[in-house]
Amino acid sequence: MINFLLFPILITFFTGMILIFFQKNIFMQRSISLISLATATICAFLVMLQVQREGIQSVTFGNWPVPYGITMVADGVSTLLVFTSLLLAFFLIWYSFGSIGKEREHFFYYPGIMFILTGVNGAFTTGDIFNMFVFFEVLLMSSYLLIVLGGEKKQLRESIQYLLVNIISSALFVITVAYLYSVVGTLSMADISVKIAEINQPGIITTIAVLFLVVFGLKAAIFPLYFWLPSSYAAPPIPVLALFGALLTKVGVYAIMRTYTLFFVHDIAFTHQLLLIFAVLTIIAGCIGALAHFDVKQIIIYNIVIAVGVILFGAAQMNFDGLEGAMFYLIHDMIIKAALFMLVGIIIYITGTSDLRKMGGLMKKYPSLGWFYLIAAFGLAGIPPLSGFIGKLLIVQGGFAAGNTGTSIFILASSLIVLLSVIRIFLYAFWGKEGQTVQIQEKTYKQLYYPTVILVVISIVYGVGAEWVTPFMDAAAHVLTDPSVYIEAVMKGAQP
Amino acid sequence: MEIVMAFVCGFLFMAAIYLILSRSLLRIIIGTGLLSHGAHLLILTMGGLGGTAPPVLAEGVTDFADPIPQALILTAIVIAFGVTAFILVLAYRAYQELQTDDTTAMKGSGIDD
Repeated sequence: MINFLLFPILITFFTGMILIFFQKNIFMQRSISLISLATATICAFLVMLQVQREGIQSVTFGNWPVPYGITMVADGVSTLLVFTSLLLAFFLIWYSFGSIGKEREHFFYYPGIMFILTGVNGAFTTGDIFNMFVFFEVLLMSSYLLIVLGGEKKQLRESIQYLLVNIISSALFVITVAYLYSVVGTLSMADISVKIAEINQPGIITTIAVLFLVVFGLKAAIFPLYFWLPSSYAAPPIPVLALFGALLTKVGVYAIMRTYTLFFVHDIAFTHQLLLIFAVLTIIAGCIGALAHFDVKQIIIYNIVIAVGVILFGAAQMNFDGLEGAMFYLIHDMIIKAALFMLVGIIIYITGTSDLRKMGGLMKKYPSLGWFYLIAAFGLAGIPPLSGFIGKLLIVQGGFAAGNTGTSIFILASSLIVLLSVIRIFLYAFWGKEGQTVQIQEKTYKQLYYPTVILVVISIVYGVGAEWVTPFMDAAAHVLTDPSVYIEAVMKGAQP
Repeated sequence: MEIVMAFVCGFLFMAAIYLILSRSLLRIIIGTGLLSHGAHLLILTMGGLGGTAPPVLAEGVTDFADPIPQALILTAIVIAFGVTAFILVLAYRAYQELQTDDTTAMKGSGIDD
């Protein structure tokens, strides 16, 4: 089945369209979206196995010869990300049954989620730089819908800011692609890589590399460009926030990793050094934010910024260990961020406030929630058997191998601040004397509790069972370290 | 011709940035519109303006415009229309809800409320 790799995109897209017809029927909306997400997840898993077994899969639309047609490529990196994002979306949708509220469900909440997944999976899979822009717009358009859905004052205020930032960055994206087209005369990512290698990356290409860093950096929230993220992400309700935090910034990170390992690999001394500096600054900015706030949402949101820095630090090393670590940490971060936002959502739901100083003593009533939170927090910081450890270890190994000793030690030290920032939530919310709580129904609590716990367990399995995941990560890092693997697979797929 | 187009794009970007930096929401939206127009013209120019014949390839035709920038510009224009329509509606809703279209008056940290 040559078109099989498109299934994760197509299933979500068609489900989104079908769901629009059942606007008032909440039962149908919920069941259809759960079933189709489960199907899409299974398809993504099968594609992942297929890629592992048979090598990189690619489809070029309309039987055009390769550098001219739009190619969709499923390699180790993209299939891993597609599978993880669909898996997370499944649990997030389950979680939102209890928390999103009937009003939003009536006004196209589920179709919005489906379309955002179409965009995210498309952006991960596409092998054409302009097509990536189109998929970015698909996911941005649906994220505009989700961020404003509900129409509260705060949401309206923040969504205008979010829209403006993204419109400007989209215009920059178009401009950058235009520059790139004028220099290399092609849009297919594999072909661009070949052409840049032929002309050996003159200064103009390095300029374009920096422009790409600005464009994707706005989406990924790297250091000077993360200013919009904390307030915009705090506006929508928790399930939407979890979806954004787990997926949207990661699309930007993926795009930076892809362009910086496939296109701009001939002037590493400048481009990757710049990436490294920005990664470190991003971590510092994130740490300051995470420690400064007493609002649980803000603490976790700033942890997104820190994680982006860590992943990009791994990507900036340009050696096998660093890139494999970046992939490990990327997947880990998607899972654990979704889990943490869901846990924090339950805490907010129980206490009725997101201010740490008003919480306290939840350990007596909700002991299991407390322990799961503690495990997730340890996982985020990377305490050894848990999932954050192996990624960070590999990243730091890569850093030492590339000769960045000082910054690698800094990455290790930043884990302590991450741990401190999330443990603070544990200390304030679960220990101490009892704070305010809101009466909630047992059924709603269970609807929120089970998907969250399963996700935490998945993150534990991901960490403890790293052995099973390693072959997939090896394949991904292999593609990232050696562009010729990707180019050959795409170019070969072209011949009719 | 490319030089003239470069000036046109530059002028559009200049006007767009001037408008985006203003305080009124409507001016900002017009600014983003101009910004995307500038970007679209840039795409068209970047492919090279050579060729007088339409971008259709047939037997024996050697003089034709590059069709790819035209395909790209078409896509980008449609997307820009969609986004502009969305932000116009959003700005109107925000004006109804917040009673202002001045971005300074709208400003709020959004954290502790």
